[in-house]
Amino acid sequence: MGELRLMKGNEVLAEAAIRCGCDGYFGYPITPQSEVMETLMARQPWNETGMTVLQAESEVASINMVYGAAGSGKKVMTSSSSPGISLMAEGISYIAGAELPCLIINVQRGGPGLGTIQPSQADYFQSVKGGGHGDYKMIVLAPASVQEMNDFVDLGFELAFKYRNPAMILTDGAIGQMMERVELADFKPRWTDEEVKTKSGAWATVGKTTDRERNVVTSLEMDSAKMEANNLRFQQKYKQMEEEDCRYEEIRCDDAEYILVAFGTSSRVCQKSVEIARAKGLKVGLLRPITLFPFPKKAINRLAEKAKGFLSVEMSAGQMIEDIKLAVYEAGKNTRVEHFGRMGGIIPAPGEVVEALEEKFSWEISYGVKRYY
Amino acid sequence: MELKDIIKPENLVYDKSQVQTDTIMHYCPGCSHGVVHKVIAELIGELGIQERTVGIAPVGCAVFAYNYIDVDWQEAAHGRAPAVATGVARLNPDKFVFTYQGDGDLASIGSGEIMHACNRGENILVVFINNGIYGMTGGQMAPTTLDGMVTSTTPFGRNADLNGYPMKITELIAQLPGTSYVTRQAVHNAASVRKCKRAIKKGIQNVLAKKGTSFIEVVSTCNSGWKMTPVAANKWMEDNMFPFYPLGDLKDGVKGEPVSKN
Repeated sequence: MGELRLMKGNEVLAEAAIRCGCDGYFGYPITPQSEVMETLMARQPWNETGMTVLQAESEVASINMVYGAAGSGKKVMTSSSSPGISLMAEGISYIAGAELPCLIINVQRGGPGLGTIQPSQADYFQSVKGGGHGDYKMIVLAPASVQEMNDFVDLGFELAFKYRNPAMILTDGAIGQMMERVELADFKPRWTDEEVKTKSGAWATVGKTTDRERNVVTSLEMDSAKMEANNLRFQQKYKQMEEEDCRYEEIRCDDAEYILVAFGTSSRVCQKSVEIARAKGLKVGLLRPITLFPFPKKAINRLAEKAKGFLSVEMSAGQMIEDIKLAVYEAGKNTRVEHFGRMGGIIPAPGEVVEALEEKFSWEISYGVKRYY
Repeated sequence: MELKDIIKPENLVYDKSQVQTDTIMHYCPGCSHGVVHKVIAELIGELGIQERTVGIAPVGCAVFAYNYIDVDWQEAAHGRAPAVATGVARLNPDKFVFTYQGDGDLASIGSGEIMHACNRGENILVVFINNGIYGMTGGQMAPTTLDGMVTSTTPFGRNADLNGYPMKITELIAQLPGTSYVTRQAVHNAASVRKCKRAIKKGIQNVLAKKGTSFIEVVSTCNSGWKMTPVAANKWMEDNMFPFYPLGDLKDGVKGEPVSKN
C-alpha cells in the first residue's frame, strides 16, 4: 500500500503531478484551484525531481507555455477554473490541432461570466464538445473523490501520450476543496532526455540531427485536401478512444428501474439518493461516467433495455442529458430521459434528487409501466 | 573564359548556408524576411548549434519560417510565441530557443506575452520584424504604423486622435530588467545587413551564455503593403521610419539591470 494521507483535492493534484514524473506546470491563480500552484511552489519540486513550476502572466500565456513544453516532448500540465479555461480555449484548440499530449485541469465554478467561486458542472459542454474552434475532442476524466484526483493525474498523462491529444481532469470546487484520505502513488522518475527521444522525440522539437528531417509542430495546413485528411485522422483517433478508453461505474444498476446518471460531485450526492430511494421501495441505480469523453454510450444503451427512465443529475441547466438522449436515440430505444439540476454554485441535496425522480416519473411509478417520450 | 571554368570551388566567394533549405521562399520580392532568415540560418551554421536550436514561428507572413531554416520548429498562435518559447526554454535549458515575430504579432495581440517574457528574462532571442503594417492580412494598421501613414484601415492616414499613437515597442522592452541586449537594426543595404548579423550573433551568444532575453528589432519594408517598388520602399523607410525608429543599441548589459543605458 502506498503512503496514506489526509489531503485536499487540489493539493493532491500537485502531489500526484510530482510523483508521476511531470516535467512542468504552468498556471495562473484562480479560485477555487489556486492551491494547486501554491502546493507546488511550497514543495519546490525543482530541487527533488527537477520539475519546473512557473506562474504565468495569464491563462493565455500558461496554456501556450504548455503548448511549447509539450511540443518538446515533455509531460506538462496546467490547471485553472472555468473563466480561465475559457481563456485557454484557443491554446487547447492549437494543442489538439498540433496533436500534442498534455494535461489540463478544470476545477469548475459557477458561471457564466465571473459567476461564483462555488462548485458547478456547467463546463460540461465546453469540455466534451471541443470548447475551442475546429473539430477536436479532449479525453475528459471526471473524478468523484480525492483519491481519483490522485489517480487521474497519471492516467490523464498516460492517455494523453497514447493518443497525442490533450486530456482534461474535469472536477469542481467541492472536490478541489474537500479533504479525504488518499493513498498516494509511488514516485516515478521523470523521463531522461534519452527517454524523451524514444517516447516522443520522433515528432517533438528535441533538436534536429543530421540524420532526420526537421520536426515542425504546427496545426497549420494551407492545402484543404491535406487539412481534411488531418481532420479525418483526428476523428479516427476519437473513435478509437470511444472503443478503447471509455470508463464508467455502475452502482446497484442490476435490478434498477430508474437510473440516475451523474458524474463527479453530483454522483456522490446520488449515491445517497440511491439509498434513500431504495429505502422507499424504489428500484434506483446510479450510472457514473468516469470519462465524459468518450461518453459511456454502450452502458446507457444496455440499461435502456430494462429501465423505465433515466434522470440526469447535474450541477447545470442540463448538458450531459443531451449525450444520454443521443445514446438512447442512436440505439433506437426511446426510454424517457429527464434532468434535475441546481446551478450557481449550489450542490443538490440527496433528498431533493429523490423528490425530483418521484415527480418526473410519477406516471411510471404509479402505473408500473414504461412510458416513452 | 567559359562559365564552367569560372564555377570552381576555388572561385567560390559566397555560398548558401547548409542550415537554409532549398524551398523557394514565398515572400514578395523586396521583402526583408528573406534576408533576415538567411542571416539567422548562416549564424546557426557558423555557431554550430543546429542540433540544439528550436525556432518559434509567428502568425503572419513569416508563419512559414519553418520551411526555410532547417531546425526544429514550433508554430505559435497569434502573439503567443514568447509564451511558447518560455515553455520550450524552461524545460530544455540546453537548447537555443528563438522567436521570430512581426509587429502585428508581437506589438499588438502579443504585447502581453512579449513584455512578460522579457521581464522574466527568459533565456531566448526575439527577432522582431517591424514594417509598420499588417502584411499577410492585406496591409491594415499595426501598432507601429507611423502617424499619417496610409493603410487599408487608415485610408486617410493614421490619426492619433482616432487610432492612437505609433508604439515604440523596443524602447519599452529596453526598460525591462530581464533583457540583456536590446537593439534596433535594418537590412536594406549591405552595410546594414552586416551590422544586423553582428547584432543577431551577439543575441545568440547571449542566450548561449544564459544572459536573459535578447531583443532585436529589424526595421523593415513591406513594399506590397506600402504599395511601393522595393527601391522606393527602402527610400521611404530611410526617410520616414528611421527618424521615428532610430537604429542602434538601446541596451547592452546584463540581466537584472533595471533600465536601459539610454
